[in-house]
Amino acid sequence: MQFEALLATCLAYVALMFGVAYAADRAAARGHVRWLDHPLVYTLSLSVYCSAWTFYGSVGYASRSGLEFATIYLGPTVVFTGAWWGLRRLVRVARMHHVTSVADLVSARFGKSNRLAAIVTLIAVVASTPYIALQLQSVRLSFEVFAEGTAQATRGGTALWVAAGLALFTILFGTRNLAADERHHGVVTAIALEALVKLAAFIALGVYVVWGLADGPADMLERIARASRDPVLAEGWLIRPDRWTALILVSAAAILTLPRMFQVMVVEAADEERLHVAGWAFPAYLLAMSLFVLPIAVMARDLLPAGMDPDLYMLTLPTATGQSGLALLVFLGGFSAATSMVVVCAIAVATMVSNHWIVPAWLALRRVPAPDEMDDLRGFVLNARRLAILAVVAAGWVYHEASGGSAALAAMGLVAFTGMAQVLPAMLGGLLWRGANRKGAYAGIGSGAALWMALIFLPSVGAGVTLPVPEGVDPWTAAVALSLAVNTLAFIGLSIFGFPDPVERLQGLSFVSAVEPIRHRRMLRGEDRAEPLLAMARRLWGADAALRYFQAEARAQGKSGYLPDLTPRFLNALERRLAGSIGAATAHAMIDRVAGGVALTVADLMQVAGEAQRAKEETQRLEAARAELTRTARQLREANDKLTALSVQKDAFLGQISHELRTPMTSVRAFSEILKDPGLTAEERGRFAGIIHDEAGRLTRLLDDLLDLSVLESGRAQLTVTVANLHDLIGRALAAASATRPERGFAIDRDVLAEHLGVITDADRLLQVLINVISNARKYCDAERPQLIIRVRRPEGGGAVIDIVDNGSGIDAARQSLIFEKFARLNDPARAGGAGLGLAICREIMLTLGGEISYLPGQGGAAFRIQLPQRPPVPA
Amino acid sequence: MPERPLFLERASFHRRRLGDAARVLPVLTLILLLVPVWWAPASLSYAGGTVWLFGLWTVLIVAVRVLHRALLRAEAATQPVERAGDRDAV
Repeated sequence: MQFEALLATCLAYVALMFGVAYAADRAAARGHVRWLDHPLVYTLSLSVYCSAWTFYGSVGYASRSGLEFATIYLGPTVVFTGAWWGLRRLVRVARMHHVTSVADLVSARFGKSNRLAAIVTLIAVVASTPYIALQLQSVRLSFEVFAEGTAQATRGGTALWVAAGLALFTILFGTRNLAADERHHGVVTAIALEALVKLAAFIALGVYVVWGLADGPADMLERIARASRDPVLAEGWLIRPDRWTALILVSAAAILTLPRMFQVMVVEAADEERLHVAGWAFPAYLLAMSLFVLPIAVMARDLLPAGMDPDLYMLTLPTATGQSGLALLVFLGGFSAATSMVVVCAIAVATMVSNHWIVPAWLALRRVPAPDEMDDLRGFVLNARRLAILAVVAAGWVYHEASGGSAALAAMGLVAFTGMAQVLPAMLGGLLWRGANRKGAYAGIGSGAALWMALIFLPSVGAGVTLPVPEGVDPWTAAVALSLAVNTLAFIGLSIFGFPDPVERLQGLSFVSAVEPIRHRRMLRGEDRAEPLLAMARRLWGADAALRYFQAEARAQGKSGYLPDLTPRFLNALERRLAGSIGAATAHAMIDRVAGGVALTVADLMQVAGEAQRAKEETQRLEAARAELTRTARQLREANDKLTALSVQKDAFLGQISHELRTPMTSVRAFSEILKDPGLTAEERGRFAGIIHDEAGRLTRLLDDLLDLSVLESGRAQLTVTVANLHDLIGRALAAASATRPERGFAIDRDVLAEHLGVITDADRLLQVLINVISNARKYCDAERPQLIIRVRRPEGGGAVIDIVDNGSGIDAARQSLIFEKFARLNDPARAGGAGLGLAICREIMLTLGGEISYLPGQGGAAFRIQLPQRPPVPA
Repeated sequence: MPERPLFLERASFHRRRLGDAARVLPVLTLILLLVPVWWAPASLSYAGGTVWLFGLWTVLIVAVRVLHRALLRAEAATQPVERAGDRDAV
């Protein structure tokens, strides 16, 4: 293909990119962000991870080291399998604090320290410059593949032209605005498109190799197996587990810490929702990008003459087989990979440089600003960023020109990875561990970066020292392990022994718990400083945006006009919004300067905690009071229920008693009436008088019982406590009860020996109970040959237990609970001839004596147990 | 401030367990990628290794996709307020 045609295609492609970026920016400005915000666009923009180093280099890598190339993609895959709980949280926290870069994240977490951010920025610059140079080199080399035979002069300035074009693109679309959220729709959309070109180029070549040159996957595997029989290749291809592990871990760290990855993954993410798709789609993209790497490497090795640069197999293979169209597509893919990496890397690093180097330095130089300074800070920050972009790209070009050779640059990808990985311990520690502090972060990042510089970066450019390692250990792996281990230990160690300042502790709480940061009222001074704040915001965002924001905030507070009250909430929100433009540390410093914040002390921190604690206690107190009220209400309800039940009982009792009194009364009245008849015989008269006498007697008994019961129930019964022998008492009771239904011959079964028990109680009252129970048995036992068993024993605790059991049919279960109630006659009252108060009286007597009478179920007949205490209770 | 409930109903419980699975997955991935290589590097370096690696990779992608879909569904089924309880994540 003609070099001129290639150049024309290339320029057309670049023009397309400019056009797409411009259109996307315009669409975003008009608010048409729906498809720009699609998760797939986000996922594709992540592919900026696959730079030219991986696009061309992975085939070269694979032809030298076999499957080891895949580690560079496997690390990110591991990280993305944890997208749900890990990355989502990182994005949430970063967005909450309007973090603008990885340096800003670390600085914001560790007390908004700008010095820490400046150190991270330094590492990023040192690591990125050769990396950018590598991209420029890959573009130059790919041009040279096509430009074979063209005059040297034509292609000498390729790298320069590419660098200049990229810087222009980046400045045009990367610094259009200084929005609170640093999103660049144009850049992201262009990158997403380039990602598609990259993927299409790789897959097209892969499909051509596997199905065009080889006979499908089976043949391809056969070729791989054949190639690995070559002993030199087999040795290079043999996976070394230590390198394998270190590479996966380092590339996993890189995807989190590389400035360009942080830019597209965290800063450009509108929310964490898009990670739901990216969680599987990005690993799928990486899989697609690496699936054909080994086939292409093996096929190129089979078909191409020995001695060709494996890093350019991607281009030389289609060229050699006469597929110039495919070669052009691959060239565009590589070009896309290189340019997208440079653009995003330049934006990310330039943001860091301007936010953490240039702006703070400028602010520090102008130490005493007039409160109403009118200069255009926004223009200054944007210009600083443009300058930084130029500087970053230019540094890459200078490095490229200075280093010259390709061998020195090829290793730069991994060097950059390991350099940025030194930020990982502080970053992860800051997100996971509230105890992590700034001193630890300084120590960790500092020691790690120094070791990286000495053991990895400098050796890669031919200086520095090589780590003396024992035979069989990979020096690079050892250097990575050593630097990261020292880094982590220093970070943890100094964090353990340090005591962070209050701002840092507040930030730590906010980062680790993913909650909005707290700002305490004591942290502010001067309630009338809203105007200077508005002036400052205007200088950063422009007049309209600032006024809109202040007005919205004022309205949210219920105020009209443009000046909201300086509540902690407002200042907090404003500071974080400003941080979105100039970084957390600078925003903090500026707000403090304008709003006159005072240094936060540990006492303030304790007060913040105290306020939270008090609020919590108050809630708990209310909760307890509520529970108490519920409890009381339930008790009241129960008491009410009981009273209602008692009232019903009382009515029933009155009804019963009237009835019981009325029956004998009626007979007395009727027979008295009859007695008035003069025509009665003396015998009849005598009989009727007898009936009246009997009924009056019954009436008297009933009244006696009622009196007795009321005395007992009211607790006014007088006890005459003596010592009594139970044998005598039972004997007397049996004798007295034998008057009841004397016609029935009861077999009495007594254990005479056991009965000789002395008890201390009111003997007469106990006798009354015994007589009642035994008479009941005599009355109700319906057995053919009635029998009465009386057993007495002394329980362990003293006192006595008397069981009186007959062999009748007993009392059915449903009524057992009723028999001790008043008037609870179980069968026909006439037959029983009592008022139904006997057992009720018995219960009252036993309660007065401190004992109990109960019905024993399951004894083969009616069975009562009388329990006596050792001695009756002393009346109160 | 209401205490965090001691027991959850079925949907929330299910979502929490899926969240646990999402936490275990990266660890499992790392184990699956590293242990076989330390075990038998020679047999995983060439053609056989290619099949193993890309097969495992595909399975992982499918697993993440299935898990994320289940998590989204479970999240939609439970109250969004509950998401505040994800504190114990990272």
